[in-house]
Amino acid sequence: MTLLFGAVVLLTACSKNPVEPNYDQRALAPLAVEFDNIVGGQKLVLNTGTYVNALGQSYNIQLLQYFISNIQVKKADGTAYTVNADSSYFLIRQDDPTSRFARVKVPEGNYTALTFTVGVDSLRSIMDISKRTGVLDPGAGNHDGMYWGWNSGYIFFKMEGTAPDAPADPTGQHKFRYHIGGFGGYNAPTINNIKVITVDLTARGIAQVRKDRLANIHLMVDVSKALNGSTNVSFATNPQVMFSDYSVQIANNYAKMFVHDHTEN
Amino acid sequence: MNRKYIAVIGTLVVLVFACSRKLPGDDAQNDTGIFAGFQQPGNFPVPVYHFETNPVTKEGFELGRKLFYEPRLSRNNTISCGSCHIQSSAFTQHGHDVSHGIDDRLGSRNAPPIMNLAWNPLLMWDGGIFDLDLQPVAPITSHEEMDETVANVVSKLQALPQYRVLFKKAFGTEQINTGNLMKALSQFMVMCVSSRAKYDSVMRKEGNTTFTPEEAAGHTLVSEKCGGCHHEPLFADGTFRNNGIGVGANDDQGRFMVTLRSEDRYLFKVPSLRNLAYTAPYMHDGRFYTLDAVLDHYSTGVKLTPNLDPLLATGQGGMALTPGERKAILAFLNTLNDRAFITDKLLAEQ
Repeated sequence: MTLLFGAVVLLTACSKNPVEPNYDQRALAPLAVEFDNIVGGQKLVLNTGTYVNALGQSYNIQLLQYFISNIQVKKADGTAYTVNADSSYFLIRQDDPTSRFARVKVPEGNYTALTFTVGVDSLRSIMDISKRTGVLDPGAGNHDGMYWGWNSGYIFFKMEGTAPDAPADPTGQHKFRYHIGGFGGYNAPTINNIKVITVDLTARGIAQVRKDRLANIHLMVDVSKALNGSTNVSFATNPQVMFSDYSVQIANNYAKMFVHDHTEN
Repeated sequence: MNRKYIAVIGTLVVLVFACSRKLPGDDAQNDTGIFAGFQQPGNFPVPVYHFETNPVTKEGFELGRKLFYEPRLSRNNTISCGSCHIQSSAFTQHGHDVSHGIDDRLGSRNAPPIMNLAWNPLLMWDGGIFDLDLQPVAPITSHEEMDETVANVVSKLQALPQYRVLFKKAFGTEQINTGNLMKALSQFMVMCVSSRAKYDSVMRKEGNTTFTPEEAAGHTLVSEKCGGCHHEPLFADGTFRNNGIGVGANDDQGRFMVTLRSEDRYLFKVPSLRNLAYTAPYMHDGRFYTLDAVLDHYSTGVKLTPNLDPLLATGQGGMALTPGERKAILAFLNTLNDRAFITDKLLAEQ
């Protein structure tokens, strides 16, 4: 009996805060979503890591970055909370480890699903320039910039590297450059590569958000999926993909690259 | 002169000023060189620019003007906006078929005029830019134009005390950022209003200005034959069309590059007919050096290219024009040349 009681105490101690607090939109607590970029079964190492695509073509990755925005969490009972739009735009950059976390504030509670956008929604894409600061600053960056000046709009996903199969460019390098964007067009409809992703958290660990600690939803992001999937991208035939119809294939591919691994509560 | 007369003259002067307040177009004419804020000319429609998020102030305009002529906007501080948009050429790069930018690099299109942009919902020959506040990002970052980054321009300007003072005066902060840099440039650009040509005086019934019989005949001809695209009073309609000049050597696909719709292939923005005397050469790639060459094109040279505009698809190479008609059209087009605009000290480098 004493033993059993002791075991119960221990179990209770292990499952931190077993009681879910009442849902209160004013009682916000921190939540992080971690975008852990990998390539297939390997760690992503810029420049020196070598990988092989589904067509058997080898490549390395020199630059990888993408926008994550409009984060929303949902409870088992269907209650959904959308993070304030002014605090919900993140640029995940492989060359900056601190940028892999999208840090937001949501009401305390237990969340079973996470939804976010890969890219920048059309509303923000046409908003007054004074509202576009931080990672959304159209003037930010240079070769790593995420904005098209000639065709007003953000680049949602940018992946560059070298592949022997890619034809030599004017500088003699065998580079591939995938700059994927397109919010649907300002007044004439055109490609829309905005991808809304929903990740179920029930199988690998729900997020228990509490004021006194930091829940972290850890996603593995297999960036090789951008090249492989419903369309297997060839470096030989499509070394440069920017604002073109083919970009839709790459966006459809990378929409499948986010997998929930676990949640640290 | 007795006091009574002075009083009468005084009253007349007041009346004249009071009247001119009712006709903003007149104001601008009388006040050349003096900042009077953005004014909608009496014969112009309501502008499309979002003044509510960027009201034009004297300080903002003057800062924008300084920035427009600031070579620090380019990588090696050699090229300013004014390098390719020269006021005496109605803010185009007169004589250049395509823009001549940094390190003697050449662009692929003809520099369009900075003129009446407050009435332009879409900018550039392909309409790729939908907000004037976003426009300068393109030339600043273009390899052939200024080859710089906006972030670096901001840091170059931030290091200069004079700019910190000017931004403080215009926007209440010494902190320069993309937003207030672009808004200052917009404030200058929307003030580049060309509305003081003879045509405008006639339309606004200013004084006794009238068209000569030849100009009046040309006006009728331009309305009939060109008015389908070149709508008065801006002499443009904001649309994109293929005017049958044929595919250029560089296969520039124009509007298609922005929309990726096959029906937009080889379409370019309809340019205004204002200030043609100052803005040669013509067309998106500057292929025609004279207005005669342009009229030749429209009368006999229209090519059956993909997406040729239906208004030009006559099947006869264009619209027949007699020598007399051509002369009248040229006479009318001459009434659209706005000397006050290209000589306005307010818009000049100070």
